[in-house]
Amino acid sequence: MIPRYQKVLFVLLFLASLAMGIELWRMRDRAHQELLAGEVSAPTSAPQVAPAVQATLFVASDAENTLIPEVESLPLPTDPSARARVILGKLLDLYSTPDSSHPAPGGAASVAHVFLLPASGPRDSQHADALLAVVDLTGAFAAGHPSGLETEALTIQSICATLHANLPRVTEVEFLVDGAQRPTLAGHADLTRTYLAASTVPTPEGATP
Amino acid sequence: MRWISPVLAVVAAVAFSAQAAPPALAGRFAVVLDAAHGGDDTGGHLASGQFEKAFTLAFAVRLRSLLAARGIQVALTRDSDVTLAPGRRAELANHARAQACLSLHASEAGSGVHLFVSDMAPTPAARLLPWKTAQSAWVTRSLALAGTLNSALGHAGVSVLLDRIALPGIDSMTCPAVAVEIAPQRDLNRNTAGLDNADYQAKVADALAAALLEWRSEQRQP
Repeated sequence: MIPRYQKVLFVLLFLASLAMGIELWRMRDRAHQELLAGEVSAPTSAPQVAPAVQATLFVASDAENTLIPEVESLPLPTDPSARARVILGKLLDLYSTPDSSHPAPGGAASVAHVFLLPASGPRDSQHADALLAVVDLTGAFAAGHPSGLETEALTIQSICATLHANLPRVTEVEFLVDGAQRPTLAGHADLTRTYLAASTVPTPEGATP
Repeated sequence: MRWISPVLAVVAAVAFSAQAAPPALAGRFAVVLDAAHGGDDTGGHLASGQFEKAFTLAFAVRLRSLLAARGIQVALTRDSDVTLAPGRRAELANHARAQACLSLHASEAGSGVHLFVSDMAPTPAARLLPWKTAQSAWVTRSLALAGTLNSALGHAGVSVLLDRIALPGIDSMTCPAVAVEIAPQRDLNRNTAGLDNADYQAKVADALAAALLEWRSEQRQP
């Protein structure tokens, strides 16, 4: 004969084990759901990037003293400032390659920021929303840039022309180095003035104006 | 007595200006040679190990001798290793009232001689000119001077590039002004006459002297 207290204990233990089994089942389900959710956010597939678009780079050539247009397919952000920075970064990447037609060190990292502000020049119906681009270069780029009237002028012209070609609203360009104004790029080209971007774009014949 | 310090400073500045400026060369054909950089401003570092400031000074002195031998009066903005601000260079050039002002530079980039004229748009001559854009009244004549230099250098077999540039010293000069950048001469066979090549230096200096003689004769024509 089984004592009554043992029967009660057995029932209680059975109910407890049943409850624990149910809870274990629910915990397993919950962990499975969390695992599935984690897999969705894991970077197992390529991230969604901006679609590649055609960008025109005006690449300087020391040998010919000209800017040569080069079309590159680049994934560009939609924000105009970020877009300008990516395009200029690509331009300066070309200059940092060993076989560059216009050697300059630093590459894309040489463009610290590009700020776009309303242009201060005269406004007309054609340039009502004109922009001033302030290009902030790194001190390392300026320090390592070859010194010379021609080479420095070509760098400035290629930056201005490339900006205007890809962001036509940019009509004026100013330069900073490490966030501050600097008299010249590497001893020659004036960095204190405002450059008119359109005037630096080469004519169709390929010669800089 | 607080006013006395600024007054003394102004008097000192005027006195220094009068003392340091080259003599006015009005009435005679004169040339100003501006050896770029100097003092703390070393300019570029050339392949020979020389700084640009030393090259430009040596070349300016050499060109001065060639021009003096041809009876042309020459003023240098500097004849020693001193720092000169662009504005001071323009002051010295303007005081000389020269008929040609050459700013001499050197670079390892590019090939041959690069001639730069201020990129400002021409404006009519006026009695008073804004300091930063004074060259605008002289741009047309500067372009003509660059053409004469181009012809002479081309005749001497030196490759020439013509361009426009914003250069603070040149932009404030009230004379026909051209920035002359001398680079190594590279030919199609990849032979290079470096900046330290004496023959190449002599060829460029002779061509510039010949061009300035030609310019003088053009100025004397009615």
